[in-house]
Amino acid sequence: MEAPRLAARDLACRRGERLLFRGLSLELAGGEACHVTGSNGTGKSSLIRILARLLRPYAGEVERTGSIALLDQTMALDEHLPLGRALAFWAGLDGAISGDDLSRLGLTDLLDVPVRYLSTGQRKRAALARMLGQQAQIWLLDEPLNGLDRDAVALVEALVAEHIAGGGLALVASHQPISVAGMNVLHLPDFAPGEAA
Amino acid sequence: MRGFGTLLMRDLAQFLPGARKGNTLLPLLFFLAVAMLYPFAVGPNPNVLAATGGGVIWVAALLAAILPLDRLLAPDLESGFFDQWALRGIAEEVVVAVRLLAHWISFGPFLMLAALPASALLGIDGETLRTVELGLLAGTPGLAAIGIIIAAVTVGLRSGGAALSGLLVIPLAVPLLIFGAGSLSTGGEGGIALTAAISLVLVAIAPFAGGAAIRAAREG
Repeated sequence: MEAPRLAARDLACRRGERLLFRGLSLELAGGEACHVTGSNGTGKSSLIRILARLLRPYAGEVERTGSIALLDQTMALDEHLPLGRALAFWAGLDGAISGDDLSRLGLTDLLDVPVRYLSTGQRKRAALARMLGQQAQIWLLDEPLNGLDRDAVALVEALVAEHIAGGGLALVASHQPISVAGMNVLHLPDFAPGEAA
Repeated sequence: MRGFGTLLMRDLAQFLPGARKGNTLLPLLFFLAVAMLYPFAVGPNPNVLAATGGGVIWVAALLAAILPLDRLLAPDLESGFFDQWALRGIAEEVVVAVRLLAHWISFGPFLMLAALPASALLGIDGETLRTVELGLLAGTPGLAAIGIIIAAVTVGLRSGGAALSGLLVIPLAVPLLIFGAGSLSTGGEGGIALTAAISLVLVAIAPFAGGAAIRAAREG
């Protein structure tokens, strides 16, 4: 498998009338992780969506090698189905989610529960399971720690650490601290217009 | 076509009548309700009923096709399904084509089935019923395609999308109605052939129009 790579050159993002950031370049290779920081509304989610090619940047370009997975505020799981069947839909496209992953995420006992009855933290862990099943080389995580308890936060940190140790690449946008060894930090407000370039 | 079957199974599980808490039965019930109420409104004169019944079936079919539009695509965009499909390289066009097929399967054949009791209620004779059924077979794929296109165009609207989509469908569906219901008065195959032709054009356009509209909505 080719080594993953994610690069962006001179990105700018405009939402409505507001320029959120400009002149942003980044370069990540396999085994590297980056933590995108910044308060609400600085454009973290927009950056993630631009890197995933779901949003066109106002300027600049994105280059990517390798398969990609996205975890954001949406679950992409059918609310009315039991969790097991909702995940099975994605397993049909991506290949089965391993039982180890499910038990690590504490979902084994929840497979019969309809998705709409899950709590905030359980929903986040279910979305993580969906993402893990994808076996993608590049992880784009948008606020993955929202609504998670302390144990689950540690679990996400461990998953990211294992992912990059296995040659993967991860970009995590979060206003919360996340401790993963060797993680770069990209402070998004540094690229807001009006700051010194 | 990776995942074509997986997508189709999920769509059918959502849209076939009886799935998802009976919401999906609404178009059929609506269709039958119109056929049931019409004789009460115009009176029991069998000649009037037989002369106008075919047209009523067509109008009822068209309006029934509008009912499911607001849940055809919008929920999947909101809950991130379209993003996830895009990341996996599954084009919006493929998703919309599968959705069109599932949408038609879940209302076209059932509408043709419901036309049987409806024609009994309206006192339509066998020959006219045959024309109605053939016309519906030719026309419902076009109605489904119009529905998909409109659902995709209004997918980004936060509220009022359902009412607007109803208004948008009606002018687009007029050609189908003219030729489909028109085939009843001429009794000819010509009208049905034209209905089928319009349907084919609409079915061919729908995946591309729908896919483009969904991409545009995502940028918003």
